[in-house]
Parts: sequence; structure tokens; C-alpha cells
Amino acid sequence: MSRTITTTDEKPAIRPDLIGGHTLSMFVNNQPGVLMRICQIFARRAYNIDSLVVSQGRDPRFSRLTLGISGDPAGLSQIILQCDKLIDVIHCFEHTPDDSVTREMALVKVGVDGGEKRTEVLQIVEHFGGKTVDMSEGSMIVRVEGASDKVDAAIRLLTNYDIIETVRTGKVVMARGEQST
Amino acid sequence: MAKQKEIELDGAQALIKTLDSLGVEYVFGYSGGAALPIFDALETVESNMKFVLTRHEQGACHMADGYARATGKPAVVLVTSGPGAGNTITGIMTAQMDSVPMIIVTGQQVTWMLGKDAFQEADIFGITIPVVKHNYLVRETNDLPRVAKEAYHISTTGRPGPVLIDVPKNISQSAFTADFEDELAAELYLPGYKPEKALDVDEVSIEEAARLLNLAKKPLILAGHGAMIAGAESELMEMANKLECPVTMTLLGKGVFPESHPLSLGMLGMHGTAYANKAVCECDLIFNIGSRFDDRIIGQADKFGAQAKIIHVDIDIAEMGKMIVPDVEVVGDAKAVLQKLLPLVEKADHADWLEHLNGYKKKFPLGYKKQGGLRMQQVLDEIHDLTDGNAIISTDVGQHQMWAAQFYTNDASFKWLSSGGAGTMGFGFPAAIGAQFACPDETVISVSGDGGFQMTLCELATAVIHKLPIKILVLNNHYLGMVRQWQELFFDNRESGVDLEGNPDFVKLAEAYGAKGINIKRPADVRKKLQEALDYNDGPVVINAECIKTDNVFPMIPAGAALEDMLIEPPKYKMEKPVGST
Repeated sequence: MSRTITTTDEKPAIRPDLIGGHTLSMFVNNQPGVLMRICQIFARRAYNIDSLVVSQGRDPRFSRLTLGISGDPAGLSQIILQCDKLIDVIHCFEHTPDDSVTREMALVKVGVDGGEKRTEVLQIVEHFGGKTVDMSEGSMIVRVEGASDKVDAAIRLLTNYDIIETVRTGKVVMARGEQST
Repeated sequence: MAKQKEIELDGAQALIKTLDSLGVEYVFGYSGGAALPIFDALETVESNMKFVLTRHEQGACHMADGYARATGKPAVVLVTSGPGAGNTITGIMTAQMDSVPMIIVTGQQVTWMLGKDAFQEADIFGITIPVVKHNYLVRETNDLPRVAKEAYHISTTGRPGPVLIDVPKNISQSAFTADFEDELAAELYLPGYKPEKALDVDEVSIEEAARLLNLAKKPLILAGHGAMIAGAESELMEMANKLECPVTMTLLGKGVFPESHPLSLGMLGMHGTAYANKAVCECDLIFNIGSRFDDRIIGQADKFGAQAKIIHVDIDIAEMGKMIVPDVEVVGDAKAVLQKLLPLVEKADHADWLEHLNGYKKKFPLGYKKQGGLRMQQVLDEIHDLTDGNAIISTDVGQHQMWAAQFYTNDASFKWLSSGGAGTMGFGFPAAIGAQFACPDETVISVSGDGGFQMTLCELATAVIHKLPIKILVLNNHYLGMVRQWQELFFDNRESGVDLEGNPDFVKLAEAYGAKGINIKRPADVRKKLQEALDYNDGPVVINAECIKTDNVFPMIPAGAALEDMLIEPPKYKMEKPVGST
């Protein structure tokens, strides 16, 4: 099989930085430039944004952001305050696994040249509650979703096969109970 | 049937009318293509705003800055797109670092050319994000009144700062089709901005602060710019008297508590008084009112006030724990906080502590040698004397600034205009122009070095045209003196890039612009020549004081060192390079 796609994520797509990382949620004005303001706060203080999900809120005047962050925890409260200070940020919270649920989804394209491999991959996907969303003679795309560590685990197992590429949505977070996100 | 409008406006006219209705008094600016409709509106709209044509956009910003620092009110900077907007960056950054209100209106290419590298197109919205409190790129003509109102509100409330409005030319010259009066009267909706919270101070933090204040045996008040912006002078005085508590001020806080008061320790920090810095080292409580614990005052952070509890009062919650983690955080407007605290604070007697500090005042007074040529300190000391310390002083950054801070003591707020956070050379002179427009009856003295003055001296034309009687004191040592001082102390006296060989004859230069020029060369002439300058009120006067070339500012705390490592006089040994930046 000839592969036409060159990828940079042929190595195992495990991100230990995210496991110990921080999850921030922001409720912001839905306007051009807002993301730039937020990103500059992180970049200036040498924080890396590992994952970022932006989508329009239920009220279209606002957007929801979920950010996965790695960096010196000592400076994180300062970052949250600086983000919260932005006029365009309505609020900014940090969420821990105890007070929130996080979910993300990954699409994984796996090369399968024989029936045996294909069956094994399907078994793994089934175990993680995933689905096959595309299938061709030489490859298949599977979808896995759940908490980030579950997605990590699924990808880790699939690494034993021929992963062509992976795309993750980045995590979304929601505070548990009555708390707002 | 559509409502018949009484007047037809274009966007630019709506913008100018809105700014006028907000009470803006001065517009400092420089024209250009993309701003043509807005400049035209200055002519076609009847307003109370006065326009001042500067000679450079940076000068326009510093003028608006000086105006705001002298009045507490914002002025408008109006410039064109591209390089015009780009030239404002240093001025905007200077205002942002020192929490100065300012509204910058920039012309912009037409919207359909944005992102196409069109003539004089610059993404000034993107460029200025890190140096503004907020900014706008206006995409609808009918948005202009709302945006201008929001900009004014954001700029002047909470912790003040500059707000930029980028106005594409097609937006400013299109017809304004909404009802202008309705737009003007509409309420603002800014769900992410709640400055009114600053007046609603958390009671628990107030009680905890009061408890620490009542326990302190050796308290120290550290008053900053925030106390001045809040107008907390009388509460501060009452608090200091009630607690019998010495007061030290930051560079930008100078004057919020009278420096001539017996409880005043003057300015602290890198080149602050020895007694203020010793008080920080020895006190058992630091009561910070409206200072952001700038690195120039704390030195090595973990040794700052090592024996002291720390109360931090700041209107900006993001300042809490940024530099120093306080024992008590009080988030709120300094005046509101002090008003709540005063009834909870008991009258105290700290005579021993004050006596101890008075000993330091006697032992380590600020001074200078009277021999060996003309010193900047003498010039500043004498002009302080001649003006009774009542003039408005603006400065650049460097040796002249620190000596001015030490020797031009202030007893009132809004009279000391100095670029603190940004440390901007070229700030002082245009800031003095803005201040003189704001306060036509006051003596305004621009203090700068020969380096800084040459960065914005083109504004001499602006000062001459308006016959502003500014005293422009050029303390001339033919050097970038502060950098040279560092090279002497830390780089084996290897001078690199500090010799300002090629300076012009500043008196002839002044005369070329139509200003008066005065030279001071001998220490014995200082008083007479300064008096001559003070008596001249037909326009600006440049006083070129030829000072000795290699004087150094002391006391000095090398950057990043602890306050206890302060040098009160020149060191007799070779010093390690400091860890902090400059």
C-alpha cells in the first residue's frame, strides 16, 4: 500500500502534559479578535495552549472557550485573572476533574491491510464504545470519545497498529451541579 | 413612515459629536489620508473640543497623556492609518503602563482593502492589543457613537487606561443612518466589565486589614498612583495621622501625601531615599494603597518587607499576588477602602518607630556636592526653591528623572508627570505641553536630559505656535547618563553607545523654532538664569544646563537585589552584574 499522506503525529499520540494539565473555561463576547487577546496573555507568559475549543454560545452574542493548558501552575492564577480582566471576557474559570466533566473526541485513521488486523482494531474500538465512521480497502477511520484519558488509552492501544493520522477535537468542559461553567 | 431626521450626519461627524458630548476638551493629532473625513468633521461639526496639531504622533500621545495626568480626564489622540497609527505605540504603551486614560482614534484603510496590504494599511487593532485597556475596529458607521461612549467609559473607570478606536475611511465617511440622539442616550452593555464593583469592598478583607493595622508596632504606608487616581488624599492623610504611620510613595504616587509632611519618607525603591528603603526593611507592616509593587520598588521579591505583614489595596484584582503575595488582599477603589477602614482603625502611638526613622533621615539625607562643577541636583533643588515646589513637573527617564524625584518634592497630586512603568525617553516635553494646555495658569516645567529631549523636540513648534510658557529644562551631560552609570558600576566603565557627541546648540535650536534659549554653565548662575526663565511667559523657554558629565545617582539598589543591599554612596569595590534588568 502506498501512503500519500505525510503526518507529523506518527509517534504515539499520548500527551502526558495534558494529563497533569489544567482546564479553563471562558465565556466571551462572540467577536473578531477576542481569541487574539486571550492567546496573547498565554504567549507572553510562556504558557502553551494544548487544546482549544471555541463555539458559539446558546445566545449568539457570546462564545464558549475550553482551553487545555500546560505551564507553571504558580502563574496560572495570574493568567486567569488577566483573562478575566479583558473586557471581552465575561468570566474565566479553572475546572478540576472533581468539579466538572470533560469530554473530547478523536478520529483515528488506521491502515489495515488484512482481515485479522481489521478485526482487532474493531474489537478495540468496540471496547472503548467507539464507532467506525469510514472504511476503505486499506484503511478505516474510527471515532472514540470520552474523557481525555480514555481517548488517550484508545489511541495508545491503536498505536500497535498502523495509525496514519489522528485528529482530536480538544476537550470541552462543563461544571457539575449548579455551578456555572 | 421613517422618522424625519433633522440633521444629516456622516460617521465622522457622529464620532466627533459623541466625543464632544462626553466632555472631551482636547484633541491632539496629526492628519493623513485615511483620517480625512474625521479631520473634516472637526471643521464641520460645532464642538467645544480644541484641536492641537502636533509634529509627530508619539508627541500627540504624550500630550494627551500629560493632559490626563494633570487633570484626571482623558484627551483624544487623532491620527491617520499605517505609520501614523504605528507612531502612537510608544505613547499608548506609556499610558497603559501607568494607568492613564486616553482615547486614540486612528484612521484606517477602507474595509474592503483590509488584509490586502493596501497603502498605509496596518493592523493597528492587532498591533495594539497588548498595550491597550481595550480596542475597537469599527465595521458599521452606526456603531460609532456606541463605540466612542464605551471607549470613554472603559478608559476612565476602574483602573484607567488607553482605548483605541480604529475607523476605516468608508465607515467614517458613510452616512449615519440611525437616530443620533437615541444612540447617544442608549445605555451601555458591557457584561464583561464591572468597574462599579470597586466601590463594593469585601467586608471580611476590610476587617482583617484593620486587625493587622491595629496590631502593628512599626507600620509603613506605601502610597501609589492608585491612591491618587481614586482621589484618596484626605483619607490617606487621616489614616497616616490616626495610625501615626510614616508614608512612603512610589514614583507615580509622588504628591498624593505631602512630601514636606513630617510623616513622609519620600520615594522608595531603586533610587528612593535611604530612610524609606530602611523603613521597608525594618517595618512590621506594609500597608500598600494603590501601588502595583513594581520591580523598581521591591527589588528581590522574596526579601521585600521580609519582617512585615503586607496589606495590598488595589482596584485591579490581577495585581494581587502578581509580584508579592500579600497577607490581606483588599480589592477596591483606594478611597472607598480607606473610608471603610478609618472607623475600624484605632488611634495609635508610634513615637518610637518615628523617632527611629527620623534618626535615618538625619543620618542619610539626600544631598549633593556643591563643588566640582554644575550638578543636575543643584539645578533641580534651586528650581524647586524658586517655584516653592508648586510647579507641574514632567520628566523623561534616567538620571535627571531620579534626581528630579528626589529634589523636586511634591505636596499635591497631579503635579508630577513622569513615565514610570514604560520608562519612555521623550515623554516629558510633550507631556508638559498637554499639562500646560490643561492648566494654563500653572508653571509647567519639563525636565529632561539631552538624550530624551532630542527624541521629541520637534514639538517645540507646537509649543511655540500656542505660546505655551513651558520651562524646558535640558539637564545636559552629553551622555545617556543612567546607562553610563551602569557601565561604570557594572561593566568596568566601558562606555558603549552612551556618548551623545554631536548634540546641537540647544539655545540656537530653541531660537530657530522661535523659542527663547538660555544657557547655564556655572553653579553661581543657576538661580539668576532660572529666575529669568520663570519670568519669561511669552512662549516656551529652553534652559540648557551644561552639567558635569559623570555624576551618579545614589542611593541605588541594583536591579533584582534586595532593598537591604542598597548603596547609599558610591561603592569602593567592583560590583557583580545585577540579576535584574536595568
